[in-house]
Amino acid sequence: MTAFIIRRLLQAALVVFLMSVIVFFGVNVIGDPVDMLISPDADQAEIARTIQALGLDRPIGEQYLHFLKGVATGDFGKSFIFGEPALKLILHHMPATVELALVSLLMAILLGIPLGLYAGLYPDRKVSKGIIAGSILGFSLPTFWVGLMLIMLFAVVLGWLPSTGRGDTAVFLGIESSLWTRDGLSHLFLPALNLALTNISLVIRLTRAGVREAMHQDYIKFARAKGLSESRVVSVHLMKNILIPIVTVLGLEFGGLLAFSVVTESIFAWPGMGKLLIDSLLQLDRPVVVAYLMIIVLFFVVINLVVDILYSVLDPRVRLKDQGA
Amino acid sequence: MTILAVDSLKTHFFTRAGVVRAVDGVSFSLGQGEVMGLVGESGSGKSVTGFSILGLVDPPGRVVEGSMLFHGEDLVTMPTREIRALRGSRIAMIFQDPMMTLNPVLRIDTQMIEAILAHEKVSRKEALKRACDGLAQVGIPSPEQRLRNYPHQLSGGMRQRVAIAIAFLNNPDLVIADEPTTALDVTIQAQIVHVAQNLCRERGTALIWITHDLAVVAGLADHIAVMYAGRVVEAGQTDDVIDRPRHPYTVGLLGSVPSANRRGQRLTQIPGMTPNMLSLPEGCAFRDRCTHNDERCKESPEITTDSGGHAIRCFHPQYEKAPA
Ligand SMILES: Nc1ncnc2c1ncn2[C@@H]1O[C@H](COP(=O)(O)OP(=O)(O)O)[C@@H](O)[C@H]1O
Ligand code: SF4
Ligand SMILES: [Mg+2]
Repeated sequence: MTAFIIRRLLQAALVVFLMSVIVFFGVNVIGDPVDMLISPDADQAEIARTIQALGLDRPIGEQYLHFLKGVATGDFGKSFIFGEPALKLILHHMPATVELALVSLLMAILLGIPLGLYAGLYPDRKVSKGIIAGSILGFSLPTFWVGLMLIMLFAVVLGWLPSTGRGDTAVFLGIESSLWTRDGLSHLFLPALNLALTNISLVIRLTRAGVREAMHQDYIKFARAKGLSESRVVSVHLMKNILIPIVTVLGLEFGGLLAFSVVTESIFAWPGMGKLLIDSLLQLDRPVVVAYLMIIVLFFVVINLVVDILYSVLDPRVRLKDQGA
Repeated sequence: MTILAVDSLKTHFFTRAGVVRAVDGVSFSLGQGEVMGLVGESGSGKSVTGFSILGLVDPPGRVVEGSMLFHGEDLVTMPTREIRALRGSRIAMIFQDPMMTLNPVLRIDTQMIEAILAHEKVSRKEALKRACDGLAQVGIPSPEQRLRNYPHQLSGGMRQRVAIAIAFLNNPDLVIADEPTTALDVTIQAQIVHVAQNLCRERGTALIWITHDLAVVAGLADHIAVMYAGRVVEAGQTDDVIDRPRHPYTVGLLGSVPSANRRGQRLTQIPGMTPNMLSLPEGCAFRDRCTHNDERCKESPEITTDSGGHAIRCFHPQYEKAPA
């Protein structure tokens, strides 16, 4: 197991490195950040000075080596726009995104599993058909449209919840988050729901499909033949089996929630990493974009690792071993 | 003393394609400690009969008619809660495929202990001890270690032993064994039969041994019921049925079994295919595969029992010499 984890981390380092190369050179191909940074009427001398200050006068290969040296000491370079260290900028925006993603994940689990379980156990009931129809909608409606509708309904028409921003934050256990205040939670609810929607639908379907399949398995019938109560059959024999794919998929989706909360963050003006990424991309703020993507890749790798370990905990038949990258 | 009396049991499946009469008027009874062989080709309704007794028929199926008196109480009309209390404690079942019966993600001890705790208030420690003894009794070496295993760490034969141990944990009055050896190697089969038979003898447990193989029950059962297309077509003492089969279907089944006293003769096969339960022929269901079929067989034969208790459902019973 330790060997497995070490090998995984080494692979991760390689992936992160490759990612940095691709993005570093890629951003350069897209355009010249100098055009973005300097007002059109600046004179030659000023332009030259800016270029030199940002280190953009040197060959790209050399710039990259310089960047790598910095990374080794934890320095990802300074944002072209804000003049602040890129890492600091990202870390500053990270808690907002993480709390959004976590709450979304929680919603997906707390809503998706019970609804899917119901729809799977009682497939012929009207409620179940409603749940399935809802999950199809949740899948197919575009996130931005649903986001706008949520704002319309809950913020504009009903006036129950605020429409934008993160709200008050508080510090608890050393973590600053809007989870700890009423105002923060009320701001969090709509964007989190919006972000969670596809995942709730996904979990409903996974759970339902799992229940439908497992219900006909011999081990369920055998559990019943032992005289177990229906609640034990469902909560232990059934759930333990169908949780395996659900945990796997949700774990992977969590990376997606973190990385692709861009749309939701934009609609709800949520000051997270996704919004930072969009702004940085538009302004060709290379240090921020590169650092962001490296961190996201790292996130994915760590999440995958955690999922693999969880998987082996849940399913005794699985032995952790390497199957290549 | 009769512990189970099944009378005119009908269990039908209401599928989109039509009503499948999986069990269509089955009757038999079983005394304490008796072993009955329930025999028939695949699809003849043996498993559904077993599941009906336990009240475990999956929708769209249900028991539509008949009665099943267990110690005089009708399982058909019994409230669900009471049937659940009987399951695993008074009536237990062993399934066909040991690879599928044990829950893959739960340890053996969990699956055994819960079977005890579902029916009795005992400490976990006490339950664990009984589970351990149970494994020892079915011939599983180092049971303490096995208890901590997951099913996938055991071979098929071992898993079936575990399933048998679970079935006997609460000392049931009746065990229904649904083709428990079919999925196993021939050498293992004999051991499994032996284990189950011994436990039944020691404890006076009645046993319904379901199989498609008459040879298996020949040495095991006190009496035999042969099923075809949801009905019992022949029933009687094991010797009578095996040595003097009278229904053409039983004769056919015996003809397809290799046997010491018919060595050198060709194995015959029952012609035709196992019946489509949605389009059975009118009259005798075996008619389109029967070599003795005539005009009379276009009507449904009733079951008739002779003075020796040998029952058959056929207009043209075969005689003693028939299988030769
Ligand atoms: N869940 C089900 N839905 C529809 N038909 C079923 C179902 N289970 C069993 N049957 C039908 O019942 C008949 C008897 O099945 P079964 O008792 O399993 O046969 P076997 O004698 O091989 O154990 C089969 O023809 C099968 O098609
Ligand atoms: S009733 Fe007729 S068709 Fe049916 S088994 Fe007897 S002889 Fe054959
Ligand atoms: Mg069967």
